Amino acid sequence: MLDAIVSGLGLVATLDLRLWEIVGLSLAVSLSAVALATLLGLPLGAAIAVGRFPGRQAVIVVLNALMGLPPVVVGLFIYLLLSRAGPLGELGLLFTPQAMVVAQTVLVLPIIAALARQAVEDAWREYEEQLRSLGVDGLRGALTVLWDIRFSLLTAVLAGLGRASAEVGAVMIVGGNIDGVTRVMTTTIALETSKGDLPLALGLGVVLIAIVLVLNAAAHLIKEAAQRRYG
Amino acid sequence: MNGILPLRLEDVSFAAGGRTLIEQLSLTLEAGASTIILGANGAGKSVLMRLMHGLLAPSTGRVAWNAQGPRRRQAMVFQRPVMLRRSALANVVYGLAAAGVTGVERERLAREALAEVGLSHVAQRPARILSGGEQQRLALARAWALHPEVVFLDEPTANLDPGATREIETIIKAFDASGTKIVMSTHSLGQARRLGDEVIFLHQGRVAERAPIERFFPQPASPEAAAFVKGELPWA
Repeated sequence: MLDAIVSGLGLVATLDLRLWEIVGLSLAVSLSAVALATLLGLPLGAAIAVGRFPGRQAVIVVLNALMGLPPVVVGLFIYLLLSRAGPLGELGLLFTPQAMVVAQTVLVLPIIAALARQAVEDAWREYEEQLRSLGVDGLRGALTVLWDIRFSLLTAVLAGLGRASAEVGAVMIVGGNIDGVTRVMTTTIALETSKGDLPLALGLGVVLIAIVLVLNAAAHLIKEAAQRRYG
Repeated sequence: MNGILPLRLEDVSFAAGGRTLIEQLSLTLEAGASTIILGANGAGKSVLMRLMHGLLAPSTGRVAWNAQGPRRRQAMVFQRPVMLRRSALANVVYGLAAAGVTGVERERLAREALAEVGLSHVAQRPARILSGGEQQRLALARAWALHPEVVFLDEPTANLDPGATREIETIIKAFDASGTKIVMSTHSLGQARRLGDEVIFLHQGRVAERAPIERFFPQPASPEAAAFVKGELPWA
């Protein structure tokens, strides 16, 4: 076990090119998916938080439940949509990084939207009367609150990023784990483990954890600085 | 341009959660005299101001302005103002933008209003890190920038120390002198006397008495107001 970790770290330290390609693709896919899901999820969450429409409670329950979507099921669903015989088969996206971004976006969107919904709703209690007094209602109010608590919403985005970078089921199914094309960290770890190449699997595992740690630390520092700056 | 005053409340009732907070209340607010709303906790002062300001809709009855003006012709300052996480100046600008003031005018009016409340030196400071007194002055600036015909003040100094309270009172006097009608609720009888021209005394959601300041304090006509003035005076 220790030997495996040491030689795994050796692989990382020697900047094995093939390995860094895998790390790069992982980051590109997950960060793209989180960016898309953030763009869609924050306004969606805010709209549900501030809006008053029939069936709102049901929408909230469903949205919260979707946070627990199993990645393999999302993968299967996107696979069916993108497969040659599927409704979006014409696009020829199956087994491409783009397909992986789509799958992870679907996976992460409910997490970001649901957490944003809760955060905006809590803040809205504080802001509503003041904003309405100023003549600000509805969508404009939602966007004002969203912007005002933007640093708190980093937590929602991080939760989404954690999900995207950690999942293997969805990218495996829609990406196909093709060497040099759609192979990412988690699918490589799964593959190498089953092949018995533990050093590579462990090395990648360490890199994956380190990346997640660095991103979270950066977000934490931004949030702390913002808190001191803006109160 | 017609003024939005007088404001008429006709048989206004407001109930929430099975409790009637304002009951069959009728009154008229004219331009000019500063009106102080007094009453014990739970008498309905805050609810009444929110009904007049338009934040709450009456359960029955009617709240009618003389002319249905644009939003910026009346404003409200709350006991605990909510500031956005941006600079003091940007908070005032935001209020002006929400009121439909055009881009170039906003900054000029906002800086003017900050000067009026003595906050020019903190214009670029984030609003949320200002002291409680400064935030309340900023809230007054946000209202002032609109140059409203009426401003509703809901216990604006309830959370402030004596020094900050004096500053707020000075600003309210200047607000009054600039021609804006003041409608303010307070718990401090001393403040009522310093700032008010007339008193509306609420008791259990009804107007128990309405009288000029100089008559109300020495000789309250209603037994409720008499008890209130007597009971509260030692702390005024």
